[in-house]
Amino acid sequence: MPKLLQAIARLFWRDLTVAMRRSTDVLTPLVFFVIVVSLFPLGLGPEPAVLRTIAPGVIWVAALLATMLSLNRLFANDHADGTLEQMALAPYPLALLALTKITAHWTLTGLPLVLISPLLAVQMHLPESAIGTLVLSLLLGTPILSLLGAVGAALTLGLRGGGVLVSLLVLPLYTPILIFGAGSVAGVIAGIDTEAHFSLLGAFLALALTFAPWAAAAALRVSLD
Amino acid sequence: MHKYASPKFFYSLAGQLIPWTAAVTVVLLLAGLYLGLFVAPADYQQGESYRIMFVHVPAAWMSMFIYVLMAGAGAVALVWNIKLAEIFASSCAPIGASFTFLALATGSLWGKPMWGTWWAWDARLTSELILFFLYIGYMALQASIDDPRRAARAAAILALVGVVNIPVIHFSVEWWNTLHQPASVSKIGTPSIHPSMIAPLLLMAFAFTFYFVAVVLLRMRNEILERERHTTWVTDMLESKP
Amino acid sequence: MNWAEFFAMGGYGQYVWGSYGLAALILILNLYLPLRRRKTVQRLLREFLRLKEQTR
Repeated sequence: MPKLLQAIARLFWRDLTVAMRRSTDVLTPLVFFVIVVSLFPLGLGPEPAVLRTIAPGVIWVAALLATMLSLNRLFANDHADGTLEQMALAPYPLALLALTKITAHWTLTGLPLVLISPLLAVQMHLPESAIGTLVLSLLLGTPILSLLGAVGAALTLGLRGGGVLVSLLVLPLYTPILIFGAGSVAGVIAGIDTEAHFSLLGAFLALALTFAPWAAAAALRVSLD
Repeated sequence: MHKYASPKFFYSLAGQLIPWTAAVTVVLLLAGLYLGLFVAPADYQQGESYRIMFVHVPAAWMSMFIYVLMAGAGAVALVWNIKLAEIFASSCAPIGASFTFLALATGSLWGKPMWGTWWAWDARLTSELILFFLYIGYMALQASIDDPRRAARAAAILALVGVVNIPVIHFSVEWWNTLHQPASVSKIGTPSIHPSMIAPLLLMAFAFTFYFVAVVLLRMRNEILERERHTTWVTDMLESKP
Repeated sequence: MNWAEFFAMGGYGQYVWGSYGLAALILILNLYLPLRRRKTVQRLLREFLRLKEQTR
């Protein structure tokens, strides 16, 4: 068991350090997130009431799109230099290795989105009472996006047109998370009880943690054959 | 089991089944159309427009049914490596997508006289739209992978992930819809069901099912020919006809 | 059988017949496409065989 934990820890730190060296890869989705949200006031006008209404949906959709953009990075680099094949041959469960990579990926991609969301909430005139809900919904939701996205990334490994293709595959699957994530923020503004939203998001996260690494590992094996 | 899994055997079996399923389809269609268009009375609330239901509902049923079959066949292909299961799954997709499209279009056409708008984000139509995207994604993935084996296996995983998500999506969209629905818009509900409406509905549903069997077999035969082009039975068959 | 009434479908004619027409279109298309494909596949495979024979 210790050997497995050691391997996982090493993989996690390695992914983090490698990604930090290519800092543009990490920062681009974050900047994209901010830019996309800023486009809406430009497109719709700065009326606070309007922005407040659309803010939950806009911020959440932007988070989805930013996650989509970052998915390429998850397996592509390791695939290119053969490390991925080594991982598939290693005596450790590929699903666990995949989960480790996904966690490292989320730490650098999803977590920053969560942390910067209060700024965007202020930009979009979300009431202060809703900011906490927004952060929590993203905190629960972005890992699910990374987990599901990883399956898509694994399926499209090495394919031309991979980036757009992943979006096509994964965005329909994201809709429940979007509905409950954005819904929780809209709900708290409207004074509705949001316990159901978070229970469901939590349940989705638990399900995704259980099944997505396994599906991603299966998809990786199919793509590597 | 091995005999049935052989493409050659299936090719000839399919060839024999197609005319029969086609004939049954025609009979069921005629019966369903007759009962649905001529015999069933007009609805109290929706008048004659409800007759769209006899096309819209079976199409929606087929769109779901075919996706489940596709995912099931994918699972069989992944676990037991059966080529015919791969071929069946990929042949299902365009047919399923067509039915989904039909459900969406007829849903829109039904909605216009009822709600005054060509599109309404009601729960059923929205779920159907997402299902359409799932089909498109499936077909796009298969089309992007050159190696047929990798394509089939990747698509199978995608279909399985999709099929698990479909109930979640349905539930989420239902929930979303009840929250956001304006009071004036009501679900395209089945009108208060008159017994005379059940028969044509079921007949059309069965007609579509037999139709699906016929055309999926047609597609499968084409793919079998392509995949098995190096075998003697295919080359013999091609050479024997001028 | 009043055919005029039948085609008018209580004023909803375009919607009802539009739907049934679309259904017919989809059914015909999904029948036509594989049948056409069959001819193409057979033609291509026969050519392929002919080439194989020639280059033997």
